[in-house]
Amino acid sequence: MEYTLRLGDNALILGQRLAEWCGHGPILEQDIALSNIALDHLGQARMLMNYAAKQKEDGSTEDDIAFKRDIFDYHNLLLVERENGDWGKTVMRQFLFDTYNYFFYTQLLKSKDAKLRDIAHKAIKEITYHAQWSAEWVIRLGDGTEESHQRVQDSLNDLWEYTGEMFTMDAVDEKMVAEGIGVDLNPIKDLWYEKVAEILDMATLQQPEDGWMQSGGKQGEHSEYLGYVLAEMQHLPRMYPEASW
Amino acid sequence: MTQKDNWKIWEVFIRSKNGLSHKHAGSLHAPDAEMAIKNARDVYTRRNEGISIWVVESEAITASSPDDNDPLFAPADDKVYRHPTFYEIPDEVGHM
Repeated sequence: MEYTLRLGDNALILGQRLAEWCGHGPILEQDIALSNIALDHLGQARMLMNYAAKQKEDGSTEDDIAFKRDIFDYHNLLLVERENGDWGKTVMRQFLFDTYNYFFYTQLLKSKDAKLRDIAHKAIKEITYHAQWSAEWVIRLGDGTEESHQRVQDSLNDLWEYTGEMFTMDAVDEKMVAEGIGVDLNPIKDLWYEKVAEILDMATLQQPEDGWMQSGGKQGEHSEYLGYVLAEMQHLPRMYPEASW
Repeated sequence: MTQKDNWKIWEVFIRSKNGLSHKHAGSLHAPDAEMAIKNARDVYTRRNEGISIWVVESEAITASSPDDNDPLFAPADDKVYRHPTFYEIPDEVGHM
């Protein structure tokens, strides 16, 4: 269940972050594109949280999991809770995560857990599109104007220290890999570095040196940002628990 | 430079299913053809509207002028014999 929750938390928090753009996109077409992607992530989060809720076997629902847990119970990667920043930063965060997510879910298709396999089957089509979309944008911003180049390069430099956590295996990962359910992150790391290098090269961007990497999200140690994300997301169901429409 | 100078307008054509032709769906902004396809996917095919997308720069389309409507179209008005409506169609043929 912990494993399913981690995947669900990544999808939910990133979906919520992207949803913040709704109505604020730089142009109508991109506003719709990001809202679509946000909804894809929320859809994936629902499938995963629904599954996690069933695994809990205590009558919990997907809503309980999304709205009634606090910061330390959220086990998403730190990368997905980073602030949206400008358009370039949102696109860069999306690209770094989508590329990882694409290789991850491609492997999850082979999971021994039938339900996770089904979810991966549905999600991979969406994720493939996300990865194409964000890579196209990184190329255009990086190889765009002087200003767009500088801005996405700065975003890349800022976000790089949050990429290491994606490939760090902890006890939960090891156990799931051993059982044939989870994904081995070591080969994913190689694939990710190769793809990211290729796109950054096309985008004329400089790949930052691997230095010290942030970690802790998977274990519930978060940056201050997650508190604000959850406050906005959970405010209504916590204030008015019986609210419905 | 503003976005309006930057991003061209594209006309979007969607084929809703195999065998049908592409139909004009609308227009949108995009910096280039690849992104125009992606934008068209997001703007015009969110509800299962299509299986194929064409995009073309709006400025590549030449349109007839409304001022020319008379010389272009009026002469066809009184030529009913151009419509194949004078034939007896046997019932067995069915709907044409």
